[in-house]
Amino acid sequence: MNNSLLVVVAASAVAYGTPLLYAALGELLAERSGVLNLGVEGMMLMGAVMGFWTVQRIGGSGPLVLALAILVAMLAGAAMAAIHAFLVVTLRASQIVSGLALTIFAGAAGLSSYLGNDLELADSPARHAFTTPLPKALTDLPIVGPIVFEHSVLVFASWGLVALVALYLSRTRMGLNVRAVGESPAAADAMGINVAAYRYAHTIAGGALAGVGGACFSLAITPQWIDGLTQGAGWIAIALVIFAFWRPDLCLVGAYLFGAFSALPFTFQARGILKQIPPELFQSLPYVMTVVVLVLVSTGLAKRRLGAPAALGRPYVREER
Amino acid sequence: MIRIERRLRQPAWLTVAVPLGSLVAAFALSALVLLITGHDPIHTYRRLFDSAFIANGALSATVVSATPLAFTALAAAAAFRMNLFNIGGEGQLYMGAILAAAVAIATGGWPTAIVVVLMCVRGAIGGAVWALIPGVLRAFFATNEIITSLMLNYVAALILTYLIFDSESYWRDTSSFEARTFPQGKTFPDSARWPSFDVSGLVVPLGFVLVLACAAVLAFVYTRTRFGFEAAVIGDSPRAARYAGMRTRRKILSVMALSGALAGIGGASQDGDFRHLLDPRGLTQANYGYAGIVIAALARYNPFGAVLVALLLGGLQNAGYTLQGADFPAGLVGMMQGMILFCALGGELLVRYRIRVGRGAVAAPAEAAA
Repeated sequence: MNNSLLVVVAASAVAYGTPLLYAALGELLAERSGVLNLGVEGMMLMGAVMGFWTVQRIGGSGPLVLALAILVAMLAGAAMAAIHAFLVVTLRASQIVSGLALTIFAGAAGLSSYLGNDLELADSPARHAFTTPLPKALTDLPIVGPIVFEHSVLVFASWGLVALVALYLSRTRMGLNVRAVGESPAAADAMGINVAAYRYAHTIAGGALAGVGGACFSLAITPQWIDGLTQGAGWIAIALVIFAFWRPDLCLVGAYLFGAFSALPFTFQARGILKQIPPELFQSLPYVMTVVVLVLVSTGLAKRRLGAPAALGRPYVREER
Repeated sequence: MIRIERRLRQPAWLTVAVPLGSLVAAFALSALVLLITGHDPIHTYRRLFDSAFIANGALSATVVSATPLAFTALAAAAAFRMNLFNIGGEGQLYMGAILAAAVAIATGGWPTAIVVVLMCVRGAIGGAVWALIPGVLRAFFATNEIITSLMLNYVAALILTYLIFDSESYWRDTSSFEARTFPQGKTFPDSARWPSFDVSGLVVPLGFVLVLACAAVLAFVYTRTRFGFEAAVIGDSPRAARYAGMRTRRKILSVMALSGALAGIGGASQDGDFRHLLDPRGLTQANYGYAGIVIAALARYNPFGAVLVALLLGGLQNAGYTLQGADFPAGLVGMMQGMILFCALGGELLVRYRIRVGRGAVAAPAEAAA
């Protein structure tokens, strides 16, 4: 039963959806504070390459090295986000162009590829990779075993993170401040909230989460380093935030939906299903579906700007408001 | 005390000095990355410049690399001027290359002049149609064109792969046993090889001449016509444009089509000038579309500036290919391109704002906000 197509697709949807979930939650934090960061793809790739480097080059017991790798991936993503924050918050640059610059700088043909080649990370499998920590008794359960339990710590942690981000934004003082900064920075400023500090902090935190998302690829899904291994996941994550109306709980739903689109081609190919249909058709599914979903969502958005922070994408300059 | 205040007038010399300064800053910062990763920046840069501009035949190779970059840069400049962020130049170039290749294969024995025109037209159509998908979605459904145009890059790359590697399409060479085992595109007939010109030792491909012509047309359209004026107004203030009765939707569609057509002609030039077959690997590895955005931004969306900057970055890209190896990791050139864009963005602040240190007569609250 656990080998049936539906269960396998559902299980791999969760696995492939997890990096999207991390990256989307990170982007959500940044956007809620009013900073649009289009550099997610670059930040994910930097997290992926630096996390993988840690696992290959640092000695020690498996779990310890993996924990360290996640930390390094977070730092790498955060460092990239800090560049973006400096450019758009302090230097008031266009958020769109700066985000694109970040993707070009760190992306598949940029720094992440440079580091991957320079540190000779390609063509070798990860020395340690994330696997499920749960006993066989749980993972062998029919249906729920593979879908819910047969996952790594990264997946379980992402569920906690969804709850954490949701509670943070809706139930804490700081969360309220973040929303104020994203909706009306001038009003937040008048209340004595440090707009720049909030924007820096949440953009950088978002980068750290994108870094973890990248590490999901290089340490759990693929586990190895390939140039540009995220294949556009960062861009799908940005679309996910719009799809989720800037709400963390809906990010979870969207991430697994798109996880399923990304997982389908591999599952079909592995099982030899629908061989007469070219594989490229399935491979294009996540990209085409992103466009379709975005169109569906934006037709509604055009009428009522559901959930989008009012000051998203606009620099805040006190004397120019 | 440091204050940042908006300039009332932007001095002309700054618009040249700032891009140049950003280039210098980008090279300095990239040198830092090289140092940290244990490379000698001076040695690396010397080799880079030698194989980009100085070595025998390097300059001709640089013009070759610069041609597609200039096309995608013009494509980006055309759309970005109207705050329409078409980052699908990559995919639009592929679609142009696919359609142009079909003409090239079909028209064996025709006069080259006619084939060139047909390839350009078909390339432009391919690129324009591909760009109109995000254009229509933006105009009628208010869908974010950044994400849709980017997603279509991946789809276009998959179409390209499908045509050569996973099907027996019209574009694929299936004439011999070898070609069937190692898939590749059909080689074009001689009539579809675009001519090149020898300017005292420098080989200039026809594509580069075309891109100069396109730059001139684009500059004329954007500075001298009603079309360009309206595009600029819509870019600066969509609301004002609506009050003035400008047709925003129609303009979005035509600017996206123009942008896509430029990238598509770039694809046709790739076919006719250099590759002489439909080459998925070569096209998808080059990242022409993304580099084009860097170039357009650095040239501050000025068409002639874009061609000039394309020559510079084309040199880097060309050198990157030549030198690629163990002591010269791939990705260095892309990293430097991103760095240049960062610095150009930071430098933009100096054009728009004046930074005052000390002696502020008014107690300015600016530093807290900045």
